[in-house]
Amino acid sequence: MTQPTAKTMIIVRRLTIAAVLMFGFGFALAPLYDVFCKITGLNGKVTQNGPLTKTVVIDTSRNIRVQLIAVNNEGMPWTFGPKTDEISVHPGEQRLTHYIASNPTARPMVARAVPSVAPSEAAQYVHKISCFCFEAQPLASLATQEMPLVLMIDPELPTHIRTITLSYTLFDITEQSQNDAAATAATAASKRVEL
Amino acid sequence: MQTAPAQNPPMNPSGEHHSGPAPGLMRWVLTTNHKDIGSLYLIFSLLMFMIGGCMALVIRAELFQPGLQLVRPEFFNQMTTMHGLIMVFGAVMPAFVGLANWLIPMMVGAPDMALPRMNNWSFWILPFAFTMMLSTLFMEGGAPNFGWTFYAPLSTTYAPPSVTYFIFAVHMMGISSIMGAINVIATILNLRAPGMTMMKLPLFVWTWLITAFLLIAVMPVLAGVVTMMLTDIHFGTSFFDAAGGGDPVLFQHVFWFFGHPEVYIMILPAFGIVSQIIPTFARKRLFGYVSMVWATSSIAILSFIVWAHHMFTVGMPLAGELFFMYSTMLIAVPTGVKVFNWVATMFKGSMTFETPMLFSIAFVVLFTIGGLSGLMLAIAPADFQYHDTYFVVAHFHYVLVPGAVFSIMAAVYYWLPKWTGNYYNETLGKTHFWLSFVGVNLTFFPMHFIGLAGMPRRIPDYALQFADFNMVASVGAFLFGFSQLLFVYIVIRCVRGGERADARVWEAAEGLEWTLPSPAPYHSFSEHPVVDQPMLPGGR
Repeated sequence: MTQPTAKTMIIVRRLTIAAVLMFGFGFALAPLYDVFCKITGLNGKVTQNGPLTKTVVIDTSRNIRVQLIAVNNEGMPWTFGPKTDEISVHPGEQRLTHYIASNPTARPMVARAVPSVAPSEAAQYVHKISCFCFEAQPLASLATQEMPLVLMIDPELPTHIRTITLSYTLFDITEQSQNDAAATAATAASKRVEL
Repeated sequence: MQTAPAQNPPMNPSGEHHSGPAPGLMRWVLTTNHKDIGSLYLIFSLLMFMIGGCMALVIRAELFQPGLQLVRPEFFNQMTTMHGLIMVFGAVMPAFVGLANWLIPMMVGAPDMALPRMNNWSFWILPFAFTMMLSTLFMEGGAPNFGWTFYAPLSTTYAPPSVTYFIFAVHMMGISSIMGAINVIATILNLRAPGMTMMKLPLFVWTWLITAFLLIAVMPVLAGVVTMMLTDIHFGTSFFDAAGGGDPVLFQHVFWFFGHPEVYIMILPAFGIVSQIIPTFARKRLFGYVSMVWATSSIAILSFIVWAHHMFTVGMPLAGELFFMYSTMLIAVPTGVKVFNWVATMFKGSMTFETPMLFSIAFVVLFTIGGLSGLMLAIAPADFQYHDTYFVVAHFHYVLVPGAVFSIMAAVYYWLPKWTGNYYNETLGKTHFWLSFVGVNLTFFPMHFIGLAGMPRRIPDYALQFADFNMVASVGAFLFGFSQLLFVYIVIRCVRGGERADARVWEAAEGLEWTLPSPAPYHSFSEHPVVDQPMLPGGR
């Protein structure tokens, strides 16, 4: 057996680099996917979050029905739902509404609501000025809480869209948030590995 | 003469080589010889083919009748998952790598693969990877049960604990594939004999070159996606967990970005094999060599932009559905060119029907059926009806069993006399072909009908109206499965003896490997042959 020639080693080096880059590309697909969804508004992800940065004129000539939906992810015991199932808003108008959540269990829990908009075309025109979904929601045992949501539909919304469905899926993140708390508390613990 | 033992001087200038294999079992562990490693790959893949086949028979036995008879649903899910993983990564891919090892150096006139030590390593990783994978069957919680596509969150949040073993097994077989691919590319680009220009390469070499580039492009993405699963499961990340801001649909995108090129990795070398065999037995030059090369390249490039046709039903915007639908259908064009070329090669040829030719013709016909059902699945609006039904099962088994597996069998029959120096028994070979042919069609053709009628895949029980066709499919599966024992017998018998084959083996075989004596010597082409004939099989 002879040693591989220098020419062979150049090919090996290039191909190895290509393989490593493709491994990185696999991971890069995760943020790229988010960017892609953000640009195109696909996947129903609401991207216009936080205080309004532009002034808008209320378009009173149009009424948009906003249907509010709530779903519990599997195993989530809370009761969770909108205070009003459907609201009617003018584009440009800021509207406050509430979701109500109660924790029927005997232990304090933490939840996170993940929103989704249908049709996905409308997602980029939904502004959420303030939303309970921005933060994790802790709730003591047997407590009930009204959670505020302030939204505005952009007047640039295409005219063929008359109804927008805003759906929240509620996830139980008690375990993760406890772990996070434990991790921040236990500064002495240098490494946290759960297997 | 010096005191060194008499050896073939040109073969042994450095005194480093032995003229034959080392004695004993360690030969197989330490070998860096491309022929030894090729044999190891082929034997390994045959073993995996048998194990995966037994799992398929468990599935078909359970589906023989409606209701639950033999296995619990949990175990049934493990069987479908392991069957898929083992057949894809353990049987088909290593078999092609084995053929590449045996044939590429002989076809391009090289003494060995470019990186013999790495070659040894890339094979010997595999037994460990698959031991790890198979060991999950005996673990608490059972083997992976989430389907060979291991969609999150089935494979993360709801996975059995053994999923970690599965992840590391995938890592290992990925490393093995990448090293194998690097070796193939380096060999083809660097070790060609003088005069063997790229457009004189036999098509098997061309298709493998393109396959190797696909492997390097997508196996790391597979490694990436299982690594994301690993960190989601054990280290608290949320790539695929919606509760933490991730997205399970992202998993499907990344998986199929790997998965679609992967299905071409399993079929392009088959195209190459068939393009070698058909001209030999049609006694004509391959029709349209250049268009074959271009068609293979365009299929490979298109494979990167069609992945989402596997996920039409996840909720894509209309523009996305249309893009993936049309780009998928575009693949039918180069594939059609290939099928046309094979048929045109046979047209007015003086054909004989030895076993490799029978398998190759069956490949052309049955692969085309699988391709056409793929075209049906590519129609986005129709796919909502076909998605996750037995129609999909019928489609991909038609392209993989009478496609990839038949081509591997054709290749084994075709080159076996070159490898062993003996002809196999032609009568037994033809018997094996006809049993396999009938078995395959009996198994998979009825699945088209039950799929269109709405029977979902990956279920251990089904509605009564599907009973008859399922029974037929199960009978066919057992016929096909047990006829492979005949294949094993034929190969063993051929290795041990038989009618002696001359160097040419087949009357009209062309290419450098047929200039070597049969059986091919342990070390071949220690000095590059000079390729001066203007045309090689398929060359212009």
